[in-house]
Amino acid sequence: MSKTIYFDNAATSWPKPPEVVEAMVRFLDEVGANPGRAGHRMAVEAGRVVYEAREAVAELFNAPDPLRVVFGPNATEALNLALRGLLRPGDHVVTSSMEHNSMMRPLRALERQGVEVTVVHCSPEGFLDPTDVEAAIRPNTVMIALNHGSNVVGTLLPVAEVGRMLRQWPAGAQHAAPLLLVDAAQTAGAVPMDMQADGIDLLAFTGHKSLYGPMGTGGLIIGEQVGLARLEPLKRGGTGSRSEREEQPTFLPDMYESGTPNGPGLAGLTAGIRWVLEQGVEAIRVREMALTQRLIDGLRGIPGVTVYGGLDARRQTATVSFNIAGMEPSEVGLRLDEGYGMMCRVGLHCAPAAHRTISTFPVGTVRFSLGALNTAEDVDGAVEAVARLARGAL
Amino acid sequence: MTSNEQGGTSVQHAVILVHSANHAPKAEKALQQAGITCKLIPVPRRLSSDCGVCLRIRRADQETALRVLEKARVEIEGVHEI
Repeated sequence: MSKTIYFDNAATSWPKPPEVVEAMVRFLDEVGANPGRAGHRMAVEAGRVVYEAREAVAELFNAPDPLRVVFGPNATEALNLALRGLLRPGDHVVTSSMEHNSMMRPLRALERQGVEVTVVHCSPEGFLDPTDVEAAIRPNTVMIALNHGSNVVGTLLPVAEVGRMLRQWPAGAQHAAPLLLVDAAQTAGAVPMDMQADGIDLLAFTGHKSLYGPMGTGGLIIGEQVGLARLEPLKRGGTGSRSEREEQPTFLPDMYESGTPNGPGLAGLTAGIRWVLEQGVEAIRVREMALTQRLIDGLRGIPGVTVYGGLDARRQTATVSFNIAGMEPSEVGLRLDEGYGMMCRVGLHCAPAAHRTISTFPVGTVRFSLGALNTAEDVDGAVEAVARLARGAL
Repeated sequence: MTSNEQGGTSVQHAVILVHSANHAPKAEKALQQAGITCKLIPVPRRLSSDCGVCLRIRRADQETALRVLEKARVEIEGVHEI
């Protein structure tokens, strides 16, 4: 068996840049203390490490202030905070049919509590028409909640178009503009994003995918349009601040960050984001687009293989879904692993709505997801392996 | 209070209290970039029962420091001479 081809970067990126590992080891070896829980020099240094992570995130997304970055374990918790913290019975929220369950499950639970949910249908390729979103807005619509890139077929949703539309909300309108919540789990670090220019009010990100940090890092960036009095914390507890009071602090980021943070993880996240910024998000995007198109074209050229989505790398992330006629996705995944050292994900990818949209429910697909460290050689090797499987060879 | 960064002659200090330890590194950075010497120290018990840190600066730098922090949008809880 030749070298490992890791094509599961949409689940988590691997390998990580060496700087990420070094930063985490340094935190554990040399910094060590609990950030914000004491005034000694080790705790102060730990606090600086956490703040550096906020600065890196703010720089990457052009957030208005590093202190508006609220850290948590992943994008799922960030989405739960935004959705469960802001939506009340009687409120209306608009989302898309390409969402991951990290968006859909909290929304369906809120729906049972009286929140109205409209799921705007996307095309069979997974594209969303922003005018359909606009048409779905009602007087009680308080939020538009969209993923930026599909974790199934990689299609990019027009979040910036929706954001600009919401920014042009008439000043004298009868009700306030809905807030725009973006799930950037699949795009943060891989697709350029500017929170302020794109009109994003709430941006949920994960650290361990295309930011190249470790698992257990992520967060929500809270824009200046979001009233903190409206956004209920998901959890309450120790923050190291206002210790004399038994009520939760009401300022950022402490209000939403109870409990000891993931110090080593955030040290690694900073290193990952600095690595991404050094490469340049635009440069990573250009490279990944070229590899993605090479992969799409290679797979489409194989008899018996169906590739899903828009088939145009310019309109999607480096995630490609396909099936081989007459072969279960799980079988393909197993053979690729055992016979070719290829790591990929098969099935429904926690996104049944997206699979219904592209008509692959309930069978699912085989998903190849590339990262910034994959090469054209990896792509060619993968296409060759799929071609052999499709020909019935092992 | 007679201590100073050099441990030599007596320098009069002030402390700036911020909302939390999450805000202190932001304030520290803004002051350092403006060339103002500061040190993050535990909040003196008599000023607050908080378990966090505050910024100790030279009393002579107080006015400049407050201007710098306002410009950097760091919210301040209070300033005390110590």
